[in-house]
Amino acid sequence: MKKQTIINITFGGIGGQGIIKASELVGWAALYEGYHVKKSEVHGMAQRGGSVESHVRFGGKIYSPLVGPEQADYLLCFHAEEHPRLKTFLKKDGVDLAGFLEKAQAIIENPRHLNTVLVGVLAAYLPIRNESWQKAMEVVFSPKIIEENRTVFEKGKALVRQ
Amino acid sequence: MAKKENLTKAFLSGNEALARGAWESGLKVAAAYPGTPSTEILESLALYPELDVQWSVNEKVAFEVTYGAAVGGVRSLFACKHVGLNVAMDPLMTASYAGVSAGFVVVVCDDPGMHSSQNEQDTRWVGPYAKVPILEPSSPSEAKEFVGQAFEISEKFDTPVIIRMTTRISHTKEDVDLGTRTDIAAKPLVKDWEKYVMVPRNARMRHEVVEKRQEKLVKLSEKSRLNKVELKNPSLGFITSGISYMYLKEQFPDASYLKLGMLYPFCDEKIKNFSKKVKKLCVVEELDLFIEEHVKALGIRKAKFKHPSFQLGELGPATIGDLVAGRPKNEKKLPARPPRLCPGCPHWSVFSVLKKLDLFVAGDIGCYTLGSLPPTSALHTCICMGAGVTFNEGVRRAHPEGKIVGVVGDSTFVHSGITGLINAVYNKAKGIVFILDNSTTAMTGGQNHPATGKTIRNEATKALDLPALCKACGVDNVDVIDPAGALKEFEELVKKRLDENTLSVIIAKHPCKLIK
Repeated sequence: MKKQTIINITFGGIGGQGIIKASELVGWAALYEGYHVKKSEVHGMAQRGGSVESHVRFGGKIYSPLVGPEQADYLLCFHAEEHPRLKTFLKKDGVDLAGFLEKAQAIIENPRHLNTVLVGVLAAYLPIRNESWQKAMEVVFSPKIIEENRTVFEKGKALVRQ
Repeated sequence: MAKKENLTKAFLSGNEALARGAWESGLKVAAAYPGTPSTEILESLALYPELDVQWSVNEKVAFEVTYGAAVGGVRSLFACKHVGLNVAMDPLMTASYAGVSAGFVVVVCDDPGMHSSQNEQDTRWVGPYAKVPILEPSSPSEAKEFVGQAFEISEKFDTPVIIRMTTRISHTKEDVDLGTRTDIAAKPLVKDWEKYVMVPRNARMRHEVVEKRQEKLVKLSEKSRLNKVELKNPSLGFITSGISYMYLKEQFPDASYLKLGMLYPFCDEKIKNFSKKVKKLCVVEELDLFIEEHVKALGIRKAKFKHPSFQLGELGPATIGDLVAGRPKNEKKLPARPPRLCPGCPHWSVFSVLKKLDLFVAGDIGCYTLGSLPPTSALHTCICMGAGVTFNEGVRRAHPEGKIVGVVGDSTFVHSGITGLINAVYNKAKGIVFILDNSTTAMTGGQNHPATGKTIRNEATKALDLPALCKACGVDNVDVIDPAGALKEFEELVKKRLDENTLSVIIAKHPCKLIK
């Protein structure tokens, strides 16, 4: 039963980088894939440039909405200065995707696309089918910006294959 | 996000799920004043066109409007953050006596860890204080389920029902099953003076009703599935509730649980029976010792409790193990980046002048509270909503010759600054009250209020005229200026008003950068 395995992901950076949106996209994709999924972060003052961290956990049955220390299977870092703090969440054999941050920044023209590119990177690792990602994007992005986000999502996935 | 409407499952936050559950349960009227972590409840309800929803001027008003609707005969909901309930305590305490006609649910979102609050007060104590039942969900799915039960309890037992949420439940998202709405017709309006006119003669009778209701609610608590026993391995048992249950289940999946979904009144027999069935018993709760003190009062001697260090802040997966082991809290957290005023925020101009003139600045609740952070350090008090106005007066009464001013935001001024301003005029207080008017409720994400001239659904309404209002209160001078566009003039104006022995309001008007 593949769906019993729990996957823990920690996202982090600073307010205004679209981290909540990124974790929202992963959450909806996991929902469409049929997993039980929980996501947690703190809003409130995050918009004022403070640290933001978000956790997504999906699999068979999820209790805690937060990833514990050294429990994340994947770490998606949006801001290099936040990396040391976020690294404490990563499992010893977890996958640190921080190396993709610079590459992602290099291939986008609009900084608002950073979150979708990085989710594209993450998508290359997750047991979620393309169909579920596409449905998730339809819910998370407005019709006006969905096509550009589909494009950069694919670019993110391609970064992993390189 | 129109597509969401056709879904059978959605990825919803606790606040969104609660709103959905209320809508499905036939809710008609809802009101709130914005406040993290509760704001999204009303924002979500506003998306259902069949509901009558509003941002109210403050929590007392929101409570009374919705409670009035419940007395009038339709299911109604009031939502607030923990400190918001303080503002609405006056009507709550007597609503407990008078009861309801249709269901009335009070949603209170506590903020353990103070992610965006001025204190860490624990709303569970309001249960015994106001003698009203309290339900506490552990997840968004439960928030949705519990709100329906809360309406039923409210109607069956003729009482307001509190649903106590916390930031972690309000803002966690989960896949939630969606249902359909049950429409409920309004009950006929009845004139029942013995029930709804709380003069001493009637209130004495209603107090008797309240005490009898308490006994009935205890019976409900004993038999309700809201208080759920999960007997597994008897060597370790937990009495817990809310988010703590989830952290425990993650780390102690084989233990036995008494999960309290109805926190008040307590189910004493269930607690005693459960304690007999497990070898080691541990009470796990966030913040105050609400369950602990009750379990102690029941004389359950085997129960183990948390180290006092756990009365502060949120629990979490990193610390729950220490709590269960009876150790002090030992959180190893690297420092996080603090919030600050946004680049280009109009408040910067105001604070640059207040700092330059070396004034004592009585502050208030909003983005501008961030002006207190070093190195700006240009705001010197922040206690509660509206105190920017009243602290200008109070601090002056200690130091009549001091260089003292007050600042308050536009939304906060309307919430509870106006009465303080009238008081200052009436009692001949002097000084300057700055209304930092960025034309929104910025800190909670940009909600409308009476002075924006728009409702919760962005529909046009009459706009409150702040300068005219201040003049009508009897303030000596009312100036409106955009300090961002005229910093020098702003500074001259402040100096001029400081030199006069008058009470002045300076409305520093410039829209928030985040308004779209």
